[in-house]
Amino acid sequence: MNTKKVVSNVVRYFVYALVILFFAWAIKNQYFDYMFSQSKTFLLLLKQHLQLVFVSSILALIVAVPAGILITRKQFRRAEWIVSNTVNFGQTIPSLAVLALMISILGIGFKTAIFALFIYSLLPIYRNTVAGIDSIDENLIDAARGMGMKPYQILFRIELPNAAYSILAGIRTAVVLNIGTAALAYVVGGGGLGVWIFTGIQLFDNGYLISGAIPVTILAILVDLLLRLVERIVVPKGTKQTLEM
Amino acid sequence: MITFDHTTKTYEGDVTAVKGVDFTVEKGDIVVLLGPSGCGKTTLLRMVNRLESITDGKIIIDGQDSMDLNQIELRRKIGYVIQSNGLFPNMTIEENVMIVPDMLGWGKKEKKERFNKLMEMIGLSGDKFGKRYPHELSGGQQQRIGVIRALAADPPVMLMDEPFGALDPIIREKIQDEFLQIQREVKKTILFVSHDIDEAIKMADKIVLLRGGEIMQYDTPSEMLVRPKSEFVYEFFGKDRAIKSLSLHTIENLKNIIGLAEFDESIPDTKTINIHHDLRNTLSMLLNQEADQVIVTDDAGNKQGAITIDLVQKYLHYEIKGKTNVVQKG
Repeated sequence: MNTKKVVSNVVRYFVYALVILFFAWAIKNQYFDYMFSQSKTFLLLLKQHLQLVFVSSILALIVAVPAGILITRKQFRRAEWIVSNTVNFGQTIPSLAVLALMISILGIGFKTAIFALFIYSLLPIYRNTVAGIDSIDENLIDAARGMGMKPYQILFRIELPNAAYSILAGIRTAVVLNIGTAALAYVVGGGGLGVWIFTGIQLFDNGYLISGAIPVTILAILVDLLLRLVERIVVPKGTKQTLEM
Repeated sequence: MITFDHTTKTYEGDVTAVKGVDFTVEKGDIVVLLGPSGCGKTTLLRMVNRLESITDGKIIIDGQDSMDLNQIELRRKIGYVIQSNGLFPNMTIEENVMIVPDMLGWGKKEKKERFNKLMEMIGLSGDKFGKRYPHELSGGQQQRIGVIRALAADPPVMLMDEPFGALDPIIREKIQDEFLQIQREVKKTILFVSHDIDEAIKMADKIVLLRGGEIMQYDTPSEMLVRPKSEFVYEFFGKDRAIKSLSLHTIENLKNIIGLAEFDESIPDTKTINIHHDLRNTLSMLLNQEADQVIVTDDAGNKQGAITIDLVQKYLHYEIKGKTNVVQKG
């Protein structure tokens, strides 16, 4: 127990030290300068990046959560393997390939990037919605039916609240992944912070690279924290404690 | 109150779970559906609130064919308790208990009052437990909550599917007693599924013994123990059924029929026992040789006489060999 603690602390402080060293190195070499000297461009790219993530995630949410709910209804159960395999298949295609495929259909630009990111976000949300609903004890549903709850009451008062933790975890995974993947939007002319990252790579300019990559990382961390906060508010107290036990 | 009229359940055409069952549950009675696993007892229970469909025949509840009633309304009028308590982890105890009243559109004040009253019945504080979540309660407490949740909207009929099956023996016995106490007050018509013979004998006004979806015998527990109608019933209750039947009788019953023995004040090693004690426990106490003499007292503590193994045996003889025989009242 104690050695475990010591090891985890050592690793933690080692990582902290590396991060500090990295920032010291980057600041010393003035790698963050572009963020300030070209602040207008930076803000525009940041805005584009946020739009890409936000729009594609919302779309994925609107499609994947209801799909997960529908497929767990008795009358649609039989279609589960088709839907699940389709969504799984979408995930197995490398993200770059999805982008390339989309170019041939939608051309280049913002929409193509949105669509590709959307496809890519579906699986984690869908899968966690289904898993969350499936994990609910059948006896609970039986009790609810036996007490005369209508199907929609069972869904909104029993199934969704008890699956909330899993569904939100799926959304968090999808959005955080999405923030990273959105950097690839540059490839299809979708804008975003990927523009600076790829420029940096092509010009061997660490300044562009770091000014693009670090904000993406920080963004992912911040959004992750934000969604954890949402989770704390939305997930019912009673189910949370059972999960933590 | 509940009449089963040739009620039949067939799955997928060929598997028959319940075969033309006919019996009536009288108002205010606890009828235990008893039988080995796979005998159709749970299926039969679930057909009452239509969680299982009825293939053939009828179930008539309070004069109305259950198929003529709206399924949702029917279920809200029938209390339902299951073995794994079925409390919803996302809701507080109060929310859980008040689900049916809530769906029926009760007022806030009305619900609060009802909740506190129900909690009082099971000896828990409504203020203290109302805001807690199910996982914060012990198994016994959860099961009690499950029972009062079914009672919440004061339904005339209750269905209980092995409600105390998951509890340890000591707590189970306590909750059974507590529930019988509540039942004396609320007088619900109850269908109760059990696979535990002792529980059935203890809880039932009448027992339906099922095998392969058919009724083997429908009788009071004592009749079933004393006069089994078939080999199956005889075997099912086992060789110790005479001892089991003793738990249906109290010392008071014995006193009324054959009377108690004189007690001897000079014997020093004496124990007392309340007259409402059941004979099964009394017999165990006598066999354990806990004292040289066991004196029976009434609720006020007055000594009524002494009880001996001999007397219990005599009483049993009277019960089994027939009430027609003239027994000397001593």
